[in-house]
Amino acid sequence: MTSGAPIAVQPVPRGGLGRLVGRRLTDWVPAVVVLVGTIGLWQGLIVWLDVQAFLLPKPTSIATTFWDDKSELWHAGWYTFQEALGGFVVGSGLAILVALLLARWRPLGTALMPYAIAANAIPIIAFAPITNQWFNGGLTKSSKIAIAAVLCFFPVLVNTLRGLTSVRPQDIELMQSYAAGQLEIFRRVRIPTALPFIFTGLKVATVLAMIGAVVGEYFGGALNALGVLILTRSRLFQFNQAWAGIVMVCLFGIALYIAVAIAERLALRWVPSTSD
Amino acid sequence: MSVVEIGGVTKRFGQTTALQGINLEIAEREFVSLIGPSGCGKSTLLRIVGDLIQPTDGEVVVNGKSARRARVDRDYGIVFQDPVLYDWRTVAKNVSLPLEMAKWPRQKRAARVREMLELVELTGFGDHRPWQLSGGMQQRVSIARALSFDPALLLMDEPFGALDEMTRERMNMELLRIWEASGSTIVFVTHSISEAVFLSTRVAVMSPRPGRISETIPIDLPQPRTAGTREEPRFFELVTQVREALHLGHDVDRTTPAPQEASA
Repeated sequence: MTSGAPIAVQPVPRGGLGRLVGRRLTDWVPAVVVLVGTIGLWQGLIVWLDVQAFLLPKPTSIATTFWDDKSELWHAGWYTFQEALGGFVVGSGLAILVALLLARWRPLGTALMPYAIAANAIPIIAFAPITNQWFNGGLTKSSKIAIAAVLCFFPVLVNTLRGLTSVRPQDIELMQSYAAGQLEIFRRVRIPTALPFIFTGLKVATVLAMIGAVVGEYFGGALNALGVLILTRSRLFQFNQAWAGIVMVCLFGIALYIAVAIAERLALRWVPSTSD
Repeated sequence: MSVVEIGGVTKRFGQTTALQGINLEIAEREFVSLIGPSGCGKSTLLRIVGDLIQPTDGEVVVNGKSARRARVDRDYGIVFQDPVLYDWRTVAKNVSLPLEMAKWPRQKRAARVREMLELVELTGFGDHRPWQLSGGMQQRVSIARALSFDPALLLMDEPFGALDEMTRERMNMELLRIWEASGSTIVFVTHSISEAVFLSTRVAVMSPRPGRISETIPIDLPQPRTAGTREEPRFFELVTQVREALHLGHDVDRTTPAPQEASA
């Protein structure tokens, strides 16, 4: 400018692991304190109130069992994780594709969206016993992939569509002033605008994919699957083993979630508030 | 040759007539402001010139062709009240957006972006994100983008409406300098009387219900305009003339004394 008014310019955020995780190491301290405190309280209450192991085992005994069975748990977890991942990829992929079509042809979207939102609200997991029957009596991975995919589909669809249609009118007007076609408007405006919404949907979907795979296995699955392991161990009153299985589910679920969160940070470096 | 010819343009939205029988011709190198109260259809008229809205009746010719043809040929650049910068692009990438769409080669694009950022005095900010800049700087990026492909016509829809008075006056000076340097024709929508008088070679005063041009006032202030222009008696005379034209069109009780300060 001609007159030298002071201009505040924020520093450009830098990359690096700290940025990817979004927090400094010291910011994690409160969360770690809560985790350690909760586990300590859990352990303390069980010892103090003399809670029976079939109600709730001690964290230390779960940890010991987890360590002893780690190989079996890992293989079972990996098997179930493959189902969840397959469902996540298929369900989310289809959802994004359908959302693009519905956003492109709005009458189609207007006609189908109420059903997508309604479907998003129904507990799809209730269909798990039935989908098991659709695929070879439920002993294969495909039945779990199917239920996980259906679970992932709706939140990703609804979020993606909301993102694709939440573009500001001026953003479109600008593109029209450049005589841009629909395809170009999608590529340059609608999809970048939708990305934060898509990732919100994907993060919800990671959780649902694990739920779909594990609950699917409760209704029958391969013997080396984690859901089957948890079910049989609790029926055999081996509660430490069942809980160790639950811990394994959590670890794989968290891993999938973190993978998507990292992808989000890499893809959305431009969002001003990604570090929140 | 006239850059814009608006002939008998009428625009109706359902039952409401937004614009009624608009005629306006804008010559090359002119700076024409459309001024009027909110709801007089000035932004609608600008969008009709840009072929972003279709008129119900009448015709718009830009650069000797239909408004649609002119849009497809990218004959005009547009600046909105909001800078409309894409957060997922850097400042430089925002400026080069129309060049990418016009399929300019990369080298030529980079050179042009540098040149444009220099023109709006934002050299060194190319790698910043839009949200890292102040409102005035963002609007300058938007002007750089609109001018980057050297359009014959620049359409501006209240570009400085959201800025504070100080920044706005500074941006007015900047815009005049850019207008001089680029040799483009500008159609400028505003609701600030002093801004319209200070910038324009001609002011088209509009009145509402239905929107029409009630008067066009040539601004005979000497060029180039300077900070001193705002203090000349002729400036105040023209401001008064525009204000009276606005009030006439607005059917305001003329016995109440008009406020003396120049801003709207």
